[in-house]
Amino acid sequence: MENIIRIKGVAKAFGKHTVYDNLNLDIVKGECFTLLGPSGCGKTVLIRLIAGHEVPDAGKIEIDNVVVADSETGTYVAPERRTLGIVFQDYAVWPHMTVYQNIAYPLKMEKRPKDEINQLVMRMIDVVGMNGLDKRLPSELSGGQQQRVALARALVADPAVMLLDEPLSNLDANLREEMRFEIKDLQRKFGITVLYVTHDQEVALAISDRIAIMDKQGKIRQIGTPYEIFEEPADMFVFKFMGIANFLKIREADGKFYVGGGTQEVSLNAPKANVGHEWVVGFRPSDVSVSRTDGTLKGIVRRANFLGATMDYAIDIDGETLRTEIVTHEAISSNLMFKEGEEIFVTFKALHWFDAEQLKEVEE
Amino acid sequence: MSQSAIKKESSFGVAHIILFLAIAILVIFVAWPVLLILFNAFFVGGKFNSKDFIAVLTEPDTFSALKNSLVIASMTTIGSTIVGTFFAWLVTRTDLPYKKFMKGLFLVPFMLPSFIGALAWKMLLSPNAGYINRLFMRIFETDQPLFNIYSYLGISLVEVMYLFPFVFIQVCGALERMDPTLEESARISGAGLFTITRKITIPLVLPSIMSGALLIMLYSMAHFGTVAVLGIEQGIYNIPTLIYEKIHQSAGSFESIRTGAVLSTVLVVTAAAIIWAQQKILSKGHYQIIGGKSFRPMELKLRGLRYPLLFFCLAYIGFTILLPTAIIFMIGSVDTYGVPLTWANMSLANYKYILTEYDVTKDAILNSLSLGLAAAAITMFAGVMISYVIVKMKVKGKGILEFLGMLPFSVPGSVIALGVILAWSGKFGINLYNTVWIILVAYVARYMAFSLRANTAALEQVHDSLMEASRSCGATMWQSLKDIVIPLVRPGMISAFFLIFLPALRELTVSIMLYAPTTRTIGVAIYTLNEDGETVMSAALAGIALILIVICQSIINRITKKAGE
Amino acid sequence: MSFVRLIDVTRRFGDVTAVNKLNLKIDKGECFSMLGPSGCGKTTTLRMVAGFEDLTDGEVWVGDKLFSSPKKHHYTPPENRNFGMVFQAFAVWPHMSVYENIAFPLRLRKLEKAEIERRTKDALTATNLLDSANDSPADLSGGGKQRVALARALAINPDVMLLDEPLSSLDPHLREEMRFEIKELQNKYGFSIIYVTHDQSEAMALSDRILVMKLGVMQQVDTPLNIYNNPANKFVFSFIGVSNFTDVQWKGDTAHISGSELALPASLVAPNSMKDERTFSLASRPTEINFTSESDPDGVRGFVLRKAFLGEIIDYLIKVGDQEIRVQTGRRDSGPEVEQGCCLKFLRPFWYQMDD
Repeated sequence: MENIIRIKGVAKAFGKHTVYDNLNLDIVKGECFTLLGPSGCGKTVLIRLIAGHEVPDAGKIEIDNVVVADSETGTYVAPERRTLGIVFQDYAVWPHMTVYQNIAYPLKMEKRPKDEINQLVMRMIDVVGMNGLDKRLPSELSGGQQQRVALARALVADPAVMLLDEPLSNLDANLREEMRFEIKDLQRKFGITVLYVTHDQEVALAISDRIAIMDKQGKIRQIGTPYEIFEEPADMFVFKFMGIANFLKIREADGKFYVGGGTQEVSLNAPKANVGHEWVVGFRPSDVSVSRTDGTLKGIVRRANFLGATMDYAIDIDGETLRTEIVTHEAISSNLMFKEGEEIFVTFKALHWFDAEQLKEVEE
Repeated sequence: MSQSAIKKESSFGVAHIILFLAIAILVIFVAWPVLLILFNAFFVGGKFNSKDFIAVLTEPDTFSALKNSLVIASMTTIGSTIVGTFFAWLVTRTDLPYKKFMKGLFLVPFMLPSFIGALAWKMLLSPNAGYINRLFMRIFETDQPLFNIYSYLGISLVEVMYLFPFVFIQVCGALERMDPTLEESARISGAGLFTITRKITIPLVLPSIMSGALLIMLYSMAHFGTVAVLGIEQGIYNIPTLIYEKIHQSAGSFESIRTGAVLSTVLVVTAAAIIWAQQKILSKGHYQIIGGKSFRPMELKLRGLRYPLLFFCLAYIGFTILLPTAIIFMIGSVDTYGVPLTWANMSLANYKYILTEYDVTKDAILNSLSLGLAAAAITMFAGVMISYVIVKMKVKGKGILEFLGMLPFSVPGSVIALGVILAWSGKFGINLYNTVWIILVAYVARYMAFSLRANTAALEQVHDSLMEASRSCGATMWQSLKDIVIPLVRPGMISAFFLIFLPALRELTVSIMLYAPTTRTIGVAIYTLNEDGETVMSAALAGIALILIVICQSIINRITKKAGE
Repeated sequence: MSFVRLIDVTRRFGDVTAVNKLNLKIDKGECFSMLGPSGCGKTTTLRMVAGFEDLTDGEVWVGDKLFSSPKKHHYTPPENRNFGMVFQAFAVWPHMSVYENIAFPLRLRKLEKAEIERRTKDALTATNLLDSANDSPADLSGGGKQRVALARALAINPDVMLLDEPLSSLDPHLREEMRFEIKELQNKYGFSIIYVTHDQSEAMALSDRILVMKLGVMQQVDTPLNIYNNPANKFVFSFIGVSNFTDVQWKGDTAHISGSELALPASLVAPNSMKDERTFSLASRPTEINFTSESDPDGVRGFVLRKAFLGEIIDYLIKVGDQEIRVQTGRRDSGPEVEQGCCLKFLRPFWYQMDD
């Protein structure tokens, strides 16, 4: 496997604000790699560094075995010579050019023959499903169509890597869902390497071959496949970031683990007893099953919320609160429509054990 | 700032050429003349001298000019604020009939240059010769005129007539953008419309009212035309007219220039204080009142007052616009000033004469048109370049550029004129005095800020990612400028062009200080003809000027409408 | 007895009928939501109740008081209706402190000083704003501003609280929190709520009853659970959750998914009301379809076009005939792989006419 982008020891600061102090990342040729992190963690800066709109304070960036920025040798390759395709969050289609002109621009810059340009552009227009719209101005297109133009423009010149900077966050929910599958399809069809930057974990899970999770300090916490990231999180930050998360504080006494201040015990996947150590268990709504009659833990329904397709319960267990969701038709058919104040039993299917220390970070 | 060893070599050349040019233009045209004025005000024979500065200020002439400027500006500001706010409220928050049309009508006074308005009012209300006064005296068999326009009140009223749109526009804008639910929530809380206007609406638009008022204050303090036309007869001078008078009488002696420089300094400081106050109000007191769903705001039902108020508005426009315009055209059509205004006495002879035979007016029209075109073209191109540096480049020293570019906003016209005289009359190698070039230089300095404002606004619309996208598509910096940035700011450039061409066409304050016998502009010609007693020629030329202005304005409207679509 | 009554309420703008003959009865203390896409007339209805919008026809009553009736030439202006109202864009007055914002409506009612202070303090306490009483609203977050708006509406002890998309300017997690707060305030003060929203889960979570509207016409009024269990028509079905609409056709006596040779299983027989339709819709929700074994007599055969791991759920796109059906299962449920055949079981099928 060949790495198409290599980032070695990159540091970048704006004034006093340090974005990265030592970033290392390799992206494999042909993969869809997602950098996922909360807003303000410096994801976009990485795209700008790779594209050449920013220069690193230290470190080295290689694209396709060419050094494009190196603080030691002072190398800097201008953005126009990096052969990348970029799609921006705000589309950045040029409002004074038609769809055709927008998509043809990168080819024009390469001074390709007219016939070839025409052929390639019309093919791209077809690929992104914009047939018949080639003479439209961007102002006559919807947000989703503008983003398709941006995608076509980024792909048309056959770049080494396509960089996507939160390309879907300005679209409405339905379109976002549709477009993420389209992006994935395009990536497969063209066999192109994609670096995708987003704060939306669902998009990341849906399209990526590998995901890197970045924290607010610009550090990478975990790199792995969507399954690995979701099922085997490296720490509580990753766990919390990937979806709805519940945490219960655990009290350890005599080698046994109790929820909160109570006397109900949890033992699933329990770590070795370690006196003086404080634990927190983390689990997702799907890691919990509820029942009226029996289960590991007994609690009280504090809040029952009907949300249409799902029932949302907040459950009190010995002073700790957990939330879970059940699909409504299942709740109805299995007599699991609880009312507030009713007794409820909870059984865990899986638990992640974390150091209680980590709770500070995720509760901020 | 990045301390990397890596330099973006490709952007080095372009960025620095543009930056250098931008700074050079602003320094030569703007900073240098203003610095010369400060230098001349405080330094005598190369030494700092504040005693003389104070001595000049305390001379009776200068002191009364200062006082007059302040009195007239205050009266004008108060009057315009009341008139502007009232009409703005009327067309946005009541059910006045034909509101949209009326709103357009209230912007018409902008088109009438106030010195031409003053000229018209002189013809109507000068104590002995004004047509209205004469009519009044004849009907009531008295020798007391109805109203003497040669007075503080007269001058201020005339200025209010033509300046109130500054407040009107600001307040209209604020009222239209204001989230209607701010008022609705007061209503559902139990407040009637009168209470809402008093407790919610007016306080919320107060910053806009204040900012419009300060704009008028600034304008009126430094305004030449109206005071020159209506005040000089009674010995009412304000700062700009006194500067003009001193320099004009003494043909540019050292003493007069010094007095001018001292007065200018006072003007600059006052203007700076006003601008500062305006910025303060706008930045601090400006509430976030825009937003939400847009509903039609509630309208106060005027009921029985609807048509009386409409009539009042129409009468106001008729009285302040139609009547003066009509008198200008009528006087321009008669043989001699003072004859009865009957059809038999009127002809188009004067118009023909000034357009085809009379050298003074022919020159003036040609001068104004070419000066306007040249100034507009130069400032348009320079403006887009400087704005580019200010908006898009991350370079050190662009704060200075911003300051320099906006400086002319706070430097009144007569001060610019004086500065240009100091800088370009041979003391530093180049003598443009008495040529048309010195007027051009002054226009460029005066209107640069207009161009910067229009172009900065246009460039801010061009998001950085548009240019980054083209770079990543393989375009160099120059190519990106050519293919992406310039086409996108073109509407801004065109609007800057007209924003400058139109006021340049009717400019008086600067030109009057700089003209030579063959370099009169339209404004200067109207003014001097009137001074020389050629009232009918002056009126005829004023009529031609009004026609030109209306034509240009309609072109602008068409262009901006198109750009808006 | 019903408290708020709308009788044949109609509003026309020129040729467009924004609200058409709406009849509603809302009880005292009830939380009533109006749900629909933008332009469905829900906001216009709310504004007619508030008195900001004139009625073209019909009547609005609250208790035994007539508020609007164009026929009887009766109109009570908003300031005399004693409603509380909260707007989407907060509409707190930026030139007054938080305290002054809340005290303003009380001052207008010429209450005694001590009473104004007491009620303002109460409203501040109820909305957790006591510490910010002297702040300028500009210094508060979106949630803070909306609390001020709520407190302001509460302070006058309104009979009815009108809420116009009050949460849609807030972050998702804040939205949920505020939802609970509104509910708690209602329990405490006992006012009726008329709530306008386009967010179905918000309406479901908050309301005692929901009105679903489309193009100015009432589609269904019922409790959230009843609407979920029995959507009155295709529009209501589609509006209250992610939906599949699958074209089904008759071939002789058997029903077939469009383009499919196989007849639908006996357990999936369309009701008689569809007998005369050429093509009609099988409506389902992605979470209410399971994978079943090939031998299951209730199964419908399909082919997996796409499978995406989305964490908690696994999202499938299944081709049946020439139709595409979304299926979502939990991450622990087993399911087929991409480009494999599979068998679907519809747990809660609904049948609608095509143009419904």
